[in-house]
Amino acid sequence: MSTLTPSSSAAEAAEPFAERAAITRAAAGIAVYAAAFGLAFGAVAIAAGLSLLQTCVLSVVMFTGASQFALVGIIAVAGSPYAALAAALLLGVRNAFYGVPVAGIVQPRGLGRLLAAHFVIDETTAMAVAQAGNRAARYAFWTTGVGLFTMWNLGTLAGAVIGSSINTSALGLDAAAPAIFLALLWPQLSRDRGPAVAAGAVAVALALVTITPAGAPIIAAAGVAIIAGLTPARQHGGQSS
Amino acid sequence: MLVGSLGCYCLKLVGVSLPESVLGHPRVQRIAGLLPIAMLSALITTDLFDVNRHYHADWRTLAGVGVGAVALWRGRSLLVVFVVAIATDALLRLIV
Repeated sequence: MSTLTPSSSAAEAAEPFAERAAITRAAAGIAVYAAAFGLAFGAVAIAAGLSLLQTCVLSVVMFTGASQFALVGIIAVAGSPYAALAAALLLGVRNAFYGVPVAGIVQPRGLGRLLAAHFVIDETTAMAVAQAGNRAARYAFWTTGVGLFTMWNLGTLAGAVIGSSINTSALGLDAAAPAIFLALLWPQLSRDRGPAVAAGAVAVALALVTITPAGAPIIAAAGVAIIAGLTPARQHGGQSS
Repeated sequence: MLVGSLGCYCLKLVGVSLPESVLGHPRVQRIAGLLPIAMLSALITTDLFDVNRHYHADWRTLAGVGVGAVALWRGRSLLVVFVVAIATDALLRLIV
């Protein structure tokens, strides 16, 4: 997420209707795919041994896909609940950083801040920072947030109900979580040191898989990111901190 | 489950509440940006190659994710990647 200084320009008020329609369309598209992912999540969670209630609570309260898939994935291989918890929280760390541009653009107050915080995830942040004006950004954030939240939870419920009655392996859902992780990972690899960190994390995970409890390789891989982030970048301005 | 859920919410709340100077620190930002890359890479690895702490991979799942990777490389959207990956996996299970 690049730093973006929101500008309230005159253009903001120029074509509000066409702009809003475009934002609504994009938000609707995101809501549709949220329903599909929610469906997969519900089915995968049930297959991992969670109850219907636990599955739905995760989607309502945790409401951040990668963390939910990670938590369920570690529980599925009988990993320690602490490892599952740690992985979910570590993956949730990025949402804290999304909050910085979102707070600047959306400027939520009072109870609105508590609700806005719940909606700060990959998609809503991307939609908000992509808009030119503050008013459009606010509209994009809330439309995407409400639509995504609704469809993600309806999808989860449907997936959990379906998942209880069918064999999820036969539906190809074994490939669902890694494919989603790969799709989330892909655009981030262009980041400075991204490919090196990814390769290091794969190596760490492969090395630890057979000798540590399930889930531990994921936590250990976070160390790769921390080490890579602490070593100073080779920049030609000497941006020391 | 609830602890994790509330913890993830608190992380989001911290983001919209803390002054920008803390989370805007370049080193903190760099680690935060690299963290998902490392975790997602490790998750993909263990999803594909770890069965009860033994190296094992189901070739049908690998093929599904492989086709998904090709779709990503061709610039397809998340939804397309997701659909082709599970469709490939399911189809191979059906016919082989």
